[in-house]
Amino acid sequence: MTGRDTVTGRVTIREEQVLERIERARSRKARLREDAITLAHGSGGKATHTLIEAVFREAFDNPHLDRLDDSAHLTVNGTRLAFTTDSYVVSPLFFPGGDIGDLAVNGTVNDLAVSGATPLHLSAGFILEEGFPVADLRRITESMSRAAEAAGVDIVTGDTKVVERGKADGCYINTAGVGLAHAAGAEVRPGDAVLVTGPIGEHGVTIMLARGELDIEADLASDTAPLNCLLAEVRDACPGTVRRMRDATRGGVATVLNELASDAGAAVVVDESAVPVRPAVRGACELLGIDPMYVACEGRAVIVVAPEAADAALAALRRHPLGADAAVIGQVRDDPPGLVLLKTVFGGTRIVDLLVGDPLPRIC
Amino acid sequence: MRFVDEYRDADKARTLAASIASLCEPGRQYKFMEVCGGHTHTIYKHGIEDYLPENISLVHGPGCPVCVIPMGRVDDAIHIASQPDVIMTSFGDMMRVPGGDGSFFDAKAAGADIRMVYSPLDALKIAQRNPDRRVVFMGIGFETTAPSTAMTVLRAAAQGIGNFSVFNNHVTILPAIKAILDSPDLRLDGFIGPGHVSTVIGCRPYSFITGDYGKPLVVAGFEPLDLLQSVHMLLAQLAAGRSEVENQYGRVVPWDGNAKALQVIGQTMEPRPYFEWRGLGFISHSALRFRDEYAAYDAESVFDIPGGRVADPKACQCGEVLKGVLKPWECKVFGTACTPETPIGTCMVSSEGACAAYYNFGRFTRERVKEATR
Repeated sequence: MTGRDTVTGRVTIREEQVLERIERARSRKARLREDAITLAHGSGGKATHTLIEAVFREAFDNPHLDRLDDSAHLTVNGTRLAFTTDSYVVSPLFFPGGDIGDLAVNGTVNDLAVSGATPLHLSAGFILEEGFPVADLRRITESMSRAAEAAGVDIVTGDTKVVERGKADGCYINTAGVGLAHAAGAEVRPGDAVLVTGPIGEHGVTIMLARGELDIEADLASDTAPLNCLLAEVRDACPGTVRRMRDATRGGVATVLNELASDAGAAVVVDESAVPVRPAVRGACELLGIDPMYVACEGRAVIVVAPEAADAALAALRRHPLGADAAVIGQVRDDPPGLVLLKTVFGGTRIVDLLVGDPLPRIC
Repeated sequence: MRFVDEYRDADKARTLAASIASLCEPGRQYKFMEVCGGHTHTIYKHGIEDYLPENISLVHGPGCPVCVIPMGRVDDAIHIASQPDVIMTSFGDMMRVPGGDGSFFDAKAAGADIRMVYSPLDALKIAQRNPDRRVVFMGIGFETTAPSTAMTVLRAAAQGIGNFSVFNNHVTILPAIKAILDSPDLRLDGFIGPGHVSTVIGCRPYSFITGDYGKPLVVAGFEPLDLLQSVHMLLAQLAAGRSEVENQYGRVVPWDGNAKALQVIGQTMEPRPYFEWRGLGFISHSALRFRDEYAAYDAESVFDIPGGRVADPKACQCGEVLKGVLKPWECKVFGTACTPETPIGTCMVSSEGACAAYYNFGRFTRERVKEATR
């Protein structure tokens, strides 16, 4: 710090002091200021975190929940189980590369898989809008069945509710899943390598284009896929050296990296040129003025491994079709704690913060 | 990717940076204002300041369209949006901008039908598909977006679409620059001119800046090398004692602008006697309104609008930030009471806003970031 002083009226402020003040303000417990839920609360960014802290954690407080992990690990009669749930409200219901059915299976399978569990059984709850075509429902359940088979899980229980026309958007699905828990995550340490299992942002951009609101066409499909086999291979190839795995869903890779940095009290430094992004995703993001780092994936995970295991993990990923374009994108450092820094392709640096809500397209 | 990667080449950036350093007079401090919010975004997104010597500072100007919308106008827009038969349509980054009583997002949560669009023509399509509703487009932006609003109104008139109107908040850049130049507490050495605005108005209108005020101006593109080259051109002018309008963004900006775009603005809109800018106060002839012939498409004629004025929050120093008098972090509430989650001033809302850009991309001192990324 240069210690440059700036005189502002009668107050002399030093940048360093201001920044410290900001860090203190940031570390304070989040306060929910809104009286009503807005869309930002569902974006996976800061607003979602605030809602979880202020409402759900406040009400349900317990040690399992405190971890705020992708799934809870529970010991039942000596058996370690992983348990998770997720709801799916995607619009449109059908899109290139998949539909709400695959998402509902793969998303829950992935939440179990990244937490170090072998997914076993899923439940499926349907909230259907009056008038929803049975043919569409069949299409969705068929794709759920295929996805479950591909992931090696069974859908063993379920529920159906129908709401009046206008009270839902066709079909919403909730799935919960249980799996056998193996390794719990290990502590992330400075020096660890950060990998991503494939090109980022494909699901989010596919959905944006499938909504038909933009006159952009691209040869793109959602990346929705079950990651349990791929991640199991990484674990086998790197015994004891896989620290953490997270699937990058809404909020994208940037959000997951922020959560990792914040949990570990360490910095994550990412090399922008190493982050795999397909040209169609990059092009759409450039046009819309959004950053692919924040765009949702549904079949990509971020993996942190010990430095000596980076090559083995990468090789294991690339041997699998779902990991063919995997890459080492960065490294964990000790300072500044809790922050994600990006070394830009241009040769500069910037901070990659959590977004408040969904990325908003810029005007010009 | 063509037309992108060649403007982000790190080798070229290093060469330019060396040349920039060699043009700087030792001991002299340089302050350049980038007028346009798009430039602010580029500067932080790519980390351009890493290439600049310590004695060059970039000051973020008033060219972020959502940052300069006064709170009263946001309240008026929400008032329109809250009418039962109205669909309000808006660009995305307007959604989070706070008025005196919440933002579009809050109004949407309270039941207003507010939809994000990517172009005013999308809003017109919504009007065609919903003939029993009144569809309003929230028209914001500088000369960059005003032509598309004008074209949309002309199309609505040609096709006789009667349920469409625009809440016109379009502003013009030159009076704002003039207000900044006239502000007594300012010391600037030159301007990085707004590239997209200049595609419409061209480069000639800036000559009063270089002539009357003696400040060089370089119209710049939005890729990082564009900005570095523009800084280089400004320094070269200063070193040679010149003060001229130069066009770095020649691949997009014609010297005389876009006659057709100017014509449609002129055909449908006229300057307002005065308009309030957030943080800067009232500036005369700094905004556009519809001509009387287009009153049927003017939401201010179609709707009964309260038109109240909401004073900027006392603690907010957006005005000083927009004028470049304060760096974002020097504002009293920066990063504590005013954050991207709870913006007090609009500079904190849009990613183009100086404060949000600084908060998101550059919260830590450069030295610490450099150390961490070494």
